[in-house]
Amino acid sequence: MRQQKSIFQNIDWLTILLYLVMVIAGWLNIFAAVYNEDHNNITDLTQNYGKQMIWIATSLALALAILIIDGKFYEAFSGVIYGISILSLIAVLIFGHEVAGSKSWFRFGDFGIQPAEFAKFATALMMARLLSPVGLKKDTWPVRLQSFAVFLLPVILILLENETGVALVFFAFTLVLYRENIIPGWILLLGILATALFIISLLVPKTTLMIVLCSLGGLYLFLVQKRKYILPVIGITLIAIGVVFSVDYVFNNVLESHQKKRIQVLLGMEEDLRGAGYNVNQSKIAIGSGGLLGKGFLKGTQTKYNFVPEQSTDFIFCTVGEEWGFVGTTVVILLFLALLYRIVFIAERQKSAFARIYGYGVAAIIFFHFFINIGMTIGLMPVIGIPLPFFSYGGSSLWGFTVLLFILIKLDSHRTFMLR
Amino acid sequence: MRKVSSAQRTIFLVTITAVALVYIARLFYLQIIDDKYKLSADENVLRRVIDYPSRGLVYDRKGKLLVFNQTVYDLMVTPREVKAMDTAEFCSIIKISLEDFRNKFQKAKKYSPYKASVFEKQISAETYGTLQEKLFKYKGFTVQPRTIRKYPYNTAAHLLGYLGEVDENVTAKNPYYQMGDYIGISGIEQSYEKELRGRRGTRYIMVDNFNREKGRFENGKFDTLSVSGEDLKLSLDADLQAYAELLFQNKRGSAVAIDPQTGEILAMVNSPSYNPNLMVGRERSRNYGRLLQDEDKPLFNRAMMAYYPPGSTFKIINSLIGLQEHVITPETYFSCQGGYRVGPIFVHCHPHASPLDLRNAVAVSCNSYYCQTFRAVIDNRAFPSTELAFDKWRDYVLSFGIGKKINVDMPHELKGNVPTVEYYNKFFGKGRWKSSTIISLAIGQGELGITPLQMANAACIVANKGFYYVPHVVKEIGSKHYLPDRFKEKNYTKIDTKYFDAIQDGMQWVFERGTARGSRVDSLVMCGKTGTAQNPHGKNHSVFFCFAPRENPKIAVAVLVENAGQGAHFAAPIASLMVQKYLLGTIKRPDLEKRMLDAVVVPMTDTNDDD
Repeated sequence: MRQQKSIFQNIDWLTILLYLVMVIAGWLNIFAAVYNEDHNNITDLTQNYGKQMIWIATSLALALAILIIDGKFYEAFSGVIYGISILSLIAVLIFGHEVAGSKSWFRFGDFGIQPAEFAKFATALMMARLLSPVGLKKDTWPVRLQSFAVFLLPVILILLENETGVALVFFAFTLVLYRENIIPGWILLLGILATALFIISLLVPKTTLMIVLCSLGGLYLFLVQKRKYILPVIGITLIAIGVVFSVDYVFNNVLESHQKKRIQVLLGMEEDLRGAGYNVNQSKIAIGSGGLLGKGFLKGTQTKYNFVPEQSTDFIFCTVGEEWGFVGTTVVILLFLALLYRIVFIAERQKSAFARIYGYGVAAIIFFHFFINIGMTIGLMPVIGIPLPFFSYGGSSLWGFTVLLFILIKLDSHRTFMLR
Repeated sequence: MRKVSSAQRTIFLVTITAVALVYIARLFYLQIIDDKYKLSADENVLRRVIDYPSRGLVYDRKGKLLVFNQTVYDLMVTPREVKAMDTAEFCSIIKISLEDFRNKFQKAKKYSPYKASVFEKQISAETYGTLQEKLFKYKGFTVQPRTIRKYPYNTAAHLLGYLGEVDENVTAKNPYYQMGDYIGISGIEQSYEKELRGRRGTRYIMVDNFNREKGRFENGKFDTLSVSGEDLKLSLDADLQAYAELLFQNKRGSAVAIDPQTGEILAMVNSPSYNPNLMVGRERSRNYGRLLQDEDKPLFNRAMMAYYPPGSTFKIINSLIGLQEHVITPETYFSCQGGYRVGPIFVHCHPHASPLDLRNAVAVSCNSYYCQTFRAVIDNRAFPSTELAFDKWRDYVLSFGIGKKINVDMPHELKGNVPTVEYYNKFFGKGRWKSSTIISLAIGQGELGITPLQMANAACIVANKGFYYVPHVVKEIGSKHYLPDRFKEKNYTKIDTKYFDAIQDGMQWVFERGTARGSRVDSLVMCGKTGTAQNPHGKNHSVFFCFAPRENPKIAVAVLVENAGQGAHFAAPIASLMVQKYLLGTIKRPDLEKRMLDAVVVPMTDTNDDD
């Protein structure tokens, strides 16, 4: 095995460039989002933008540290890292600081850390470790159950912290499992169909839906004309009807009232512009008022004057939309698309299964955040409080994503000499 | 080696690409196609702040301030900012009940929890004083100064008019006004609304989500400055007006005084009247309702809206028409045997010497003389038909400003009634009427309806020997002392100047030895004519019009006292006293004054006491 000559050898500079562009664009938008005349210096440490500068600087230090540490460390210590991560998730439940009903932060004076952000890369590492051994029989139940356990364990702990949105992120790992043939595509498809059916059930009267489902089943049998399909089709139809009738129960008893409201608002079942719909409506107003070219840097009124809540964290995309217009929002989406393509490209070029699986983990998590966060600000997704990677204000989030991405970059830099 | 599972990779990449494209499409719709959000954004952040200009002041002809602005305070509330507070103390300061407080608060909350709205209108300066010291304890409550009209003299209420909040009709028709604005709705407040109100200024400010001011929008590019309203100097003589109102105490009726040489209205009396201060402030709607229901109709502007038969005063006009039509001369004599008979109709006359010439007929107001004159005018052979002769007569009457609006600078003027050929054709049948059928017109009765303003204007015409200026109450507008040109034009009647001398002789004799000799003043040459208007609803109205001095006339007055009997009894003395007051500044006939002040024609509930 050859040794690396320099830590920057084989580094994927394109990814780093994309990362830097996004982080700096994020910083400028945070500046614009909370800008006020009294604190007009972007380095003012009393303001979020000044603090974000510190988060960026420390993130870069963290990135450098990750690149310096030997690439083999991450695979070798993935179990330990995962274990520490799980312990910290438990510890936060006991010692954590409660904010608005959620117990997910460690507080050290002014400074806070959210272990859940770090659980993401830890879980990605653990997942890669679990599924990378050569000759692993992936289509066996023990492997399946173990892989599910790897991401469901943090999900349960984070749900206990009352951070439903963050917990949902871990379901992104199903994409990794799909890529690695642990779960077949039709199950994912079935999941999507079930979700669709769930949503339709909320909107369409039950009897109508039942009649439609039965006729679809009947139509299918009539067209296919095969005796052996009769029982499965009847079975699927019955299950579908079961889903339809379970919807009300799930909706009313499993979901919390604010979650219910958010879904109702999203589906247009309820217009509550002062309450649950306020965020989304204001967010759409801010983005919509940007027009083609936007109002210009620091000229946005909706975000700057606090009409959009959480305008520097979860709703940072509104500032982009208002001040940079359609051009700006499209550029941001294309940046994410480029990053995700690059990560998939990197993952696929790995000779090491560990690095490839980890790469897909990174892609899946970033995609899920992108999908939910931007979808939420433009009213296509329910309001789920998760940040936009690299853009949103917040130390834990930026650190977490930086570590997540730079471990991949480090693993990738070893691709030519890590043969297994 | 691992299996290359390119299908999964492709599906993953297709999925993220699809999501990105859907999001870009959605953003295209939100940011470029749909304008709704742009408007909502402005609505969020922009507030129009209105700078209300102060409304113009009103002075009388001598510079007495009649209407000014007083600052009152609207108590505003922004429900969202209200914190726990001592509600009981608060209620006791602004003198409302706890229940009222709750209702008002709910109302404000319903309007908007974020925007300030009026909690209590027009609190007094004293209440404001008490409240101001404690306002810091009541978060969310603020005080906004506003002005209301104030009237230092309790006089000329109908002429000054009042303000009211605009309704939807106004805001729909005129985009200048917005709900909550005030507008003049009667008197000069209405007719000079545009001049008095000035121009509102608008500032656009940007606010944050708590409605806190954040700065000017686009550096004030769209802001406009407010322009104060123009002051008005009225032609009204407040002293004369007040004196005339005093003379009218316990009487119903109206008096109008005009300067014939300019058309300036010097006084316009309506009785009963009301205190103009009742129509402002917190009690306005209660007061208004009470005035509206008062049986004495204090809100009724008799001077411009009440139709009275002119009675014998109309004989002056009929004389002039007769002269102009050459059916009589000043030397024409008619006899009178206690009245005049035309077929079944007998028009009574009072005892006097007979026969009489024109001047003496005016002086003693002989009914027979005018029946014969009128008959000569209407049955004039020079016209092919009665209808044409009547039309001609009617044209003469209209040229006196009777039976049409004379376009005084005040709202709600009515045109009076002079019957038409069509009316009589319909009433009697075509060709089935002649002078004898309508003989009551000869002595100012019948279908004739004239407003006191028109009567005063007719007096001006006689004083000027044939023309009038459109009567107006405004002397000068604003700092440029402007007066519309239409008030400076002479309007000629169809009577030649030369015919007026004999009439003026007769009218002078009215004072010297005729019907109004009881109201004469030695030092003044006054010309007048009494009238006793028959009234189907009750006792005759006492009517009088006059002008003085005969040479270079300065004042023309018409007086009508309802149900007060003969013109000589009430209308003539009041007119005479008004002339004395205006021309001499003193009263030469204190006996008349005392008699008028003491006289009770109709006992009236005085609406002016409760201010």
